[in-house]
Amino acid sequence: MTTQTPQMSTQLPQTVPADRPFARGLMPAPIPVQFLDETGHRVQAFTDDYAEPSSEQLVAAYGAMVIGRRFDIQATALAKQGRLAVYPPSRGQEACQIGSMLALSEGDWAFPTYRDSMALVTRGLDPIEVLASPRGFTHCGYDPMVTRTAPQCTPLATQLVHAAGFAYGERRKGRPTVAMAFVGDGATSEGDFHEALNFAAVFKSPVVFLCQNNQYAISVPLSKQTAAPSLGYKGIGYGIASEQVDGNDAMAMLAVLNKAVAHARSGQGPVLVEAHTYRLDAHTNADDATRYRGSDEVDDWLHRDPVARLEAWLRSEGHIDDAFVASVAKEAEAFAADVRNRLSVDPVLDPMSLFDNVFATPTPQLLEQRAMVQAELEAEAEEANR
Amino acid sequence: MTLTAAAPAAPAAPAPEQITMSGAINRALRDAMTADPDVVVFGEDVGTLGGVFRVTDGISRDFGEDRCFDTPLAESGIVGFAVGMAMAGFRPVIEMQFDAFAYPAFEQIASHVAKMRNRTSGKVNLPIVIRVPFAGGIGGVEHHCDSSEAYYAHTPGLKVVTPATVADAYTLLREAINDPDPVIFMEPKRLYWSKGSIPEAAAPDAEIFDSFGRAAVRREGTDVTLVAYGPSLDVALEAATAAQDEGWSVEVVDLRTIVPFDDETVVASVRRTGRCVVVHEAQGFAGVGAEIAARVQERAFHSLQAPVLRVTGLDIPYPAPKLEHLHRPGVERVLDAIARLQWDDSPDTRFMAGAANGNKGGAA
Repeated sequence: MTTQTPQMSTQLPQTVPADRPFARGLMPAPIPVQFLDETGHRVQAFTDDYAEPSSEQLVAAYGAMVIGRRFDIQATALAKQGRLAVYPPSRGQEACQIGSMLALSEGDWAFPTYRDSMALVTRGLDPIEVLASPRGFTHCGYDPMVTRTAPQCTPLATQLVHAAGFAYGERRKGRPTVAMAFVGDGATSEGDFHEALNFAAVFKSPVVFLCQNNQYAISVPLSKQTAAPSLGYKGIGYGIASEQVDGNDAMAMLAVLNKAVAHARSGQGPVLVEAHTYRLDAHTNADDATRYRGSDEVDDWLHRDPVARLEAWLRSEGHIDDAFVASVAKEAEAFAADVRNRLSVDPVLDPMSLFDNVFATPTPQLLEQRAMVQAELEAEAEEANR
Repeated sequence: MTLTAAAPAAPAAPAPEQITMSGAINRALRDAMTADPDVVVFGEDVGTLGGVFRVTDGISRDFGEDRCFDTPLAESGIVGFAVGMAMAGFRPVIEMQFDAFAYPAFEQIASHVAKMRNRTSGKVNLPIVIRVPFAGGIGGVEHHCDSSEAYYAHTPGLKVVTPATVADAYTLLREAINDPDPVIFMEPKRLYWSKGSIPEAAAPDAEIFDSFGRAAVRREGTDVTLVAYGPSLDVALEAATAAQDEGWSVEVVDLRTIVPFDDETVVASVRRTGRCVVVHEAQGFAGVGAEIAARVQERAFHSLQAPVLRVTGLDIPYPAPKLEHLHRPGVERVLDAIARLQWDDSPDTRFMAGAANGNKGGAA
């Protein structure tokens, strides 16, 4: 048996099939939709069906990407310092993280994974609440009902089915809610990815499935994950309108996601969007990416930096200037400093909360165990006071 | 008796209507749907067909397809979809067509349904009922007769309910649908055609919504407590009657809810009788019966005249229909266990020979 070297994922797919169905039907564009090339110049790769996002939205996206990246770098540093037990970073995926949130309206919902902390911060969730779980204080630090954000999900693709049911339920209740459901390239292999897409399509659930194809599932490259020409094509079999986008092009991400959200909201059913992007950091601080990929590959993706790309275009169009860039950078530093400062104070945990929320009302057995732990703690305290 | 002096006889109360257990479940679904517009029923074949056991017969027709609908054939999808609908404010009652068909949904059940309240510090509640026709005795082929209750009972955050009577099938399901927490509602499929009556429509709420965590003493006795539930209650009752001929007065406790577990009723009964046998159809090893035996011994050791014994299914995959009678505990096996309860206070030698031979076999 010959060992196959996984194909380096340094190039976006470029082969154009003979037929050229487009977003009008279910088919994704044959190559990823791109509005801005790697240097920030305006191009038109299958952009015809999408409106260019407003300059206001793009300037907002730039600011959110700078702050989001700074937050992500800060969280990675805190994990390396042991202040967080773990942190799955998304540096390099800023256009996906920010685009997904800016495309939503106030009343919409997000169904994120553990790697989407940057998106949640962009959504306006308190970063300290977002980091409460990796800090080890609770499983979900924010109130999903208030923030309209489901708990960050670890069992891959399982929350996509919730999004399908939730969005359907919202429609049944007469509410115009769209659910943005996050999935990575690896999780498209999970059964629940299939079941979620199928249910959402059958019930016309207003869901946008955003697949951030960051090329790796921990260490396993996309070439070992699927034989599909593009993950975007996976929607077609379910009757779902599908698209693939340059995930490092914030303008393209917003253009496509704006349309996808509107499509879902209008009652036409779900949309699958594959964003080709790259996880610049390791899977988490506990992972060593040098074991499975070379630095040349990472360098190559660094040249497609989503933040620099949008900044170049916004500057060339005169939408932002040095002063604006400096003020955003300052804001990002202040944001990171605030995270650091607030994380220096540990919350006081009530050990008895262990027994809360197993059920609405604890069973007699839980009350017995509660009393046991209470007695242990009291004995400990007594011992300590002697 | 004179004709003229006769006061008009009070009309005899009409005998309560006899319906089947599947009919009682159907009635409970309808009454719950009438009481609360957020109750929705869905699953495989539950709509037009009315379910493979006809439990949802006519509901889609009478309540509309919005309230009772068919889904794609995917159990994980059904449960996950219910999680989402519950988050949007519905109270889904979903059906897993057969016990073993629920296994694809186990990740959704164990990782999300059971944990959502806990992992969101009480912010997200999932009032979902997952109906599971379970256990055997109907000549079913493989994957149609599993007793899967222990998997759920072992998962914190799930209530596990199993009715043994027609009345309980109605009231326990009403209570399950009313419950703020997820409930695995396990229906003994062999009893779907059993008959009985259910509380009248006008029955006070307290009569309908007050069974969780309360075991029922189905037969009083003084010598032995048989603990059973769902598909094994009738076996236990039959054994109790037969035991009377042997001179043993047997009390039978029906758990009704495995979770929450009613330690109080079970232990009180064992304190009275001094002996206890647990009966269930599920395989015995690491099963619900093991938990009950342990709990009884932890709580009533000084009242016990004999070890708590278990009469359970064999530790084998559910057998082919022609052999299922050997697997499922019957009256004889229960009577044999009762006979071993140290009536003459001499040691039970059953395991001694095996021990000498190095036999490391499990529960008998």
